[in-house]
Amino acid sequence: MTTPTMGATAAGCAACPIHNVANLLKLGVTMDNWNFVVALAGNPNTGKSTVFNALTGLRQHTGNWPGKTVTRAEGGFEYRGHRYKLVDLPGTYSLLAASPDEEAARDFILFGRPDVTLVVVDATRVERNLNLVLQVLEITDRVVVCLNLMDEARRHGLEVDDRTLARELGVPVIPASARYREGLDRILEAVSDVATGQFVCRPRRIQNEPSELKRAVADLTTRIASAFPGLANTRWVALRLLDGDERIIQAIRQGELGELGSVVPSEMATPEAAHLGSV
Amino acid sequence: MSNSNATQVEEILSTARTLRSELGTDLHEQLVEAVYSTAARIADLAVTKPGEKARLTLDRTIDRLVTSRLWGFPIMFLLFALMFWLTISGANVPSGLLAWLLIDTIYPLLREGAAAIGLPWWLWGLVIDGMYLGTAWVVAVMLPPMAIFFPMFTLLEDFGYLPRVAFNLDWLFKKAGAHGKQAMTTMMGFGCNAAGVIATRIIDSPRERMIAILTNNFALCNGRWPTQILIATLFIGSLVPAYFAGLASAMAVVGVAGLGVVLTFVIAWVLSRTVLRGQVSTFSLELPPYRPPRILQTLYTSVIDRTLLVLWRAVVWALPAGALIWLTANIHLGGRSVAEHLISLLNPVGLFVGLNGVILLAYVLAIPANEIVIPTVLMLTVLVTGATGVGQGAGVMFNLDDTNQLMSLLNAGGWTLLTGVNLMLFSLIHNPCSTTIYTIYKETGSAKWTAVAALMPVALGFAVTFLVATVWRALAG
Repeated sequence: MTTPTMGATAAGCAACPIHNVANLLKLGVTMDNWNFVVALAGNPNTGKSTVFNALTGLRQHTGNWPGKTVTRAEGGFEYRGHRYKLVDLPGTYSLLAASPDEEAARDFILFGRPDVTLVVVDATRVERNLNLVLQVLEITDRVVVCLNLMDEARRHGLEVDDRTLARELGVPVIPASARYREGLDRILEAVSDVATGQFVCRPRRIQNEPSELKRAVADLTTRIASAFPGLANTRWVALRLLDGDERIIQAIRQGELGELGSVVPSEMATPEAAHLGSV
Repeated sequence: MSNSNATQVEEILSTARTLRSELGTDLHEQLVEAVYSTAARIADLAVTKPGEKARLTLDRTIDRLVTSRLWGFPIMFLLFALMFWLTISGANVPSGLLAWLLIDTIYPLLREGAAAIGLPWWLWGLVIDGMYLGTAWVVAVMLPPMAIFFPMFTLLEDFGYLPRVAFNLDWLFKKAGAHGKQAMTTMMGFGCNAAGVIATRIIDSPRERMIAILTNNFALCNGRWPTQILIATLFIGSLVPAYFAGLASAMAVVGVAGLGVVLTFVIAWVLSRTVLRGQVSTFSLELPPYRPPRILQTLYTSVIDRTLLVLWRAVVWALPAGALIWLTANIHLGGRSVAEHLISLLNPVGLFVGLNGVILLAYVLAIPANEIVIPTVLMLTVLVTGATGVGQGAGVMFNLDDTNQLMSLLNAGGWTLLTGVNLMLFSLIHNPCSTTIYTIYKETGSAKWTAVAALMPVALGFAVTFLVATVWRALAG
């Protein structure tokens, strides 16, 4: 193989953003011994598969219609000396588990414990896409937002301010046009920063519920936190329990949720959402 | 889990239940509303919208045209007719070239080579006459149309036209009790039924997905186009003056494909009112923006992902099928080959429904791949008629380029116009190929539904051909 060895070239260039894409080593379906797992989430037809292909060098079929990705695709890439496994989740509008797709995506983000969740957002439909981003941020705080289809937004005369978005969401927001390979370097950098802990997200949590609901959530959150010390998303679990989410009730009974708290999202996280493949 | 933890968990759950009942029934809406209003606020801060004028109007104009009540269907019909026409007419030359290379050039070389190194006749018969020739035929017939059809289809898909087709057809499928997205899976079926069955995963409701799976076979797949075209050329084209023959046979083929679409709706309607009763689910289909298709990338992915994958599958099945066909023609029991025994067994049934034993046996032997039906039919006809001077010998699949010679061969085999018409119908309405059957089993996980998917079209095919034969004979007196 004639690919550059990471140790030799990356040492001098790692700090220089210009060389980031050059540091990307597409591994295709080779993804053994990964250091980090990255989940790829987003609304249907926002270009998740395009981002997936650009990073892994695979040729997952992309098509201009919602619901193209019907099976979970996995691929690998190497960047700055770390090996990443990238999991392309089915496109969904929300994570309320209303359909098998939504349940699969949510279960992977929750139980698969990805080190980073890369949410691909359609820059021409920011408001609707943010609904999903906000729900992801409730579950995990290790998130990078890829503001994709910037070329289309420009074509439509829309101006999307990524810095305002980043400030409001508390996570990195990277403008990109994956079809034309724009912004990939910065996506890689942000994913790597969040994965290695160099960047710590301060994700926004929804705060505008009615006050009664807020009190109930606070009450339940405290109880959950004392029963499961170390669980990061107690507030979200409280909300799901209040909503009567059977899957989460089952998870809490069977101790799946407890495990999430006890293990630090780590280098050997094994995706447990095995049924994802059967969607 | 420790005991104290279990108590704690039950306490949390009961607290949650109490709080939920206190909060009332609109809790879910409150949660969703909280998310939506936050998203709206942030989007408002971050996105600067231009005046209404700057809104891209081209997309809207195209949409108004291709989804219009008046023009939607004609445009759709013309577009697909154009695609099929390009596929049928464009595939001829490369198919001829491949046939020349694989069958006329390499095949004799292989035979000479086998003779030179002194292989026993049954070995080179099985390997070269059976397996190689069968596979070569499948490649020559299948590769060019797929290499033309799939990229065109993918370009349309990349451009964003497919969701508009689903939008146009939605009400028809809904009337039939099926899911609007079935329009897309049917379309995929025109390429390959196995691919179409996999594509039904986009349908969420299990009931409607099953309807889509069971009816996908009525989308005339790639492997069946060659049969349709050849038989239409031979039997329909010869009914009209020569200058009109091409158009007449093309219309006959399009008519059979159209009949398949009609059958899809009829069978979906029957299924949704009998064994697969239930609500029609509504779905919101987002019409994505039109995007300029990336030509090179599309060509690459459609060749790699679709064309070569489907071709590989066909080759894998053609190898054993070719061997089997050769064996049935060359193993003799009581002075006659196995194939001849089988044909005389099937002949009464075949003739009863306006077909013949050769055709039925060909459909049994060609279960692995529809593409080899015609070569098998020809090979078996030579065998039973004892025709000499055509082809290469017993159990050797071949292709005759000369239509006159072909016609006289088939006439010798007792073929009439009725046989031709019924073969076209049976080619549309019979069991799916083994790959599709296997795919159906994998997708449904049910042997029962797989059996339904395999047997229902055969039963229907016999019913339709019998009906046509009866009416035909009554009219002919």
